Amino acid sequence: MNVRVRLFAAARQAAGRDRIELELSEKATVGQLRQRLAEKFPALSSLIERAMFAVDSEYAADGHEIPADADVACIPPVSGG
Amino acid sequence: MIYLTHEPIDTAAVLEAVRSPAAGAVVLFLGTVRETTDGRRTSSLDYECYAEMAEKKLAELEDEARNRWSLMECEMVHRLGHLSVGESSVAIAVSSAHRRSAFEAGLWLIDRIKEVVPIWKRENYADGTSDWVHPGPAGATTTQET
Repeated sequence: MNVRVRLFAAARQAAGRDRIELELSEKATVGQLRQRLAEKFPALSSLIERAMFAVDSEYAADGHEIPADADVACIPPVSGG
Repeated sequence: MIYLTHEPIDTAAVLEAVRSPAAGAVVLFLGTVRETTDGRRTSSLDYECYAEMAEKKLAELEDEARNRWSLMECEMVHRLGHLSVGESSVAIAVSSAHRRSAFEAGLWLIDRIKEVVPIWKRENYADGTSDWVHPGPAGATTTQET
């Protein structure tokens, strides 16, 4: 399945765009997405390692299965406030 | 109530929003842009966010604060976009019958915003360089060179 991932901050800047598409297997997990993202952007791998991921605006652990058409975002360590 | 805005924060309006005849205490926190960080001079900050999730998380934090403390009103405003030194990036105002709840809730809210809300800042330094701020473990701030 095709998964669109929103990118923010340093990840967005390094990738040069605010979302990317990854081809993943059906029932792929957040952990698999994390791995695929790091493979696609090796310069970002240490940031991706420290990032959380959100599925439909909820933080999701690496074991979480990504539903088709989910809104997925890479959330590197936040710095609001 | 919770807002994200690209406009300067109207502090007076934030305070007015939480006044209540039932409240004996009103506490306001302002996060302001500091001119020095880790020995480097900041000229400005840029904030970006994942708006849909940030609003959701801020609403959840207000709910949790109301469960933990007896609060009358709660108003949070986070500013986005370009900010100069001295400007306010975030305002949190809470009111309660007595002061302890207001102080404790206000502190808890800013601490939790800094941990869970998907908002990020980029430090723009006086020397012309910039870093996105992505804090590391145990409070150490590591940044991504642009």
